Amino acid sequence: MELLYMFWIFFKVGLFTVGGGLAAIPLLQVEVLNEGWLTKAEFADMIAVSESTPGPIGVNIATYVGYSQFGPLGSIVATLGIVMPSVIIIILIAHFVKRFRDHHIVEGIFTGLRPAVTGLILGAAAVIATIALFNYDTYLVTSKLIDLFNIPALIMFVGFMVLTKFTKFHPIYYIVLAGIIGIFVF
Amino acid sequence: MAKIKGSILLKLYVVFFRVGFFTIGGGYAMLPMLRKEVVEKYGWATDEEMMDYFAIGQSTPGIIAINTSTFIGYKKAGIIGAIFSTLGMVTPSWIIIISIAMFFEQFADNAIVQSAFMGIRVVVVVLILNAVIKMGKKSIKNWVSLFVAIAAFLFIILTSLSPIYVVVGSAIIGIILYTTKREVA
Repeated sequence: MELLYMFWIFFKVGLFTVGGGLAAIPLLQVEVLNEGWLTKAEFADMIAVSESTPGPIGVNIATYVGYSQFGPLGSIVATLGIVMPSVIIIILIAHFVKRFRDHHIVEGIFTGLRPAVTGLILGAAAVIATIALFNYDTYLVTSKLIDLFNIPALIMFVGFMVLTKFTKFHPIYYIVLAGIIGIFVF
Repeated sequence: MAKIKGSILLKLYVVFFRVGFFTIGGGYAMLPMLRKEVVEKYGWATDEEMMDYFAIGQSTPGIIAINTSTFIGYKKAGIIGAIFSTLGMVTPSWIIIISIAMFFEQFADNAIVQSAFMGIRVVVVVLILNAVIKMGKKSIKNWVSLFVAIAAFLFIILTSLSPIYVVVGSAIIGIILYTTKREVA
């Protein structure tokens, strides 16, 4: 029953992920945190792992969550869940729709959807920032403003913002570099 | 006949396994590899068809890489072809992530691994922000789209409700805006 429930959760995520790339992240984040399957930190780590390993990010995260909750069987169920809506919808479209892109309604949907997905992903980044760049939980306990800021992390943040503005390597290189710096700094 | 069908299914599985295996980061990163296999090596589609498949993959629900592989599989060998290409695409992810998950179980409490990930989390924020800036430049063009983006952002940070509401709501706003604009024009 719990497996079936997890299948349904990932099916929903697959069904409402539109626009590709990181669009699955806000949906996955809300579901996975609400269900208590991963912590914010674990979720952020999985984004890094998914960006550095082969395969689509959404599939990678689903596989990991499924495995962490129910072992190998769970990982298969979660992966099938996130993939199933794609397979059904694409088969229907490939079969019935001749010229999908020309449909005006699709263009209309995307004028609203694109900015919304941009905002959603920014929101997901903000949630991760609360643990990556700030010590929000410590601040709640001590109420000292200085405790709110994770100074070394903020310095790293600015450094990497500048670095990624002027260099265009694959994300994996920045992730490895940040990991090495992290070992020495934290 | 059955033999030919079996060999095309195996080919679909192997090709998409390869694409899945060599695409790090998903989405757009897989396009060059996919083109090489599907257009150049096997001639399953022309460049134009390939771009159409990718465009459809982008504008339908689901993960782009999966959508595109499903589409090509269906065009080549029907529903069973779609299933084989999709399974090919997800198998490398599955094997690699399971191995990593096992590693995590062993080393998650290791102090060095924990420090490394504290650094990595910072760069995760940077990478997502960069993606958002890129998307924003293309998607936020007027006051309405800016308002939609800000509303979606606030929805995520202030509530723990599902973003599905935002996805559906913004799609409806988009349809209304688009149809009213067309009627005026």
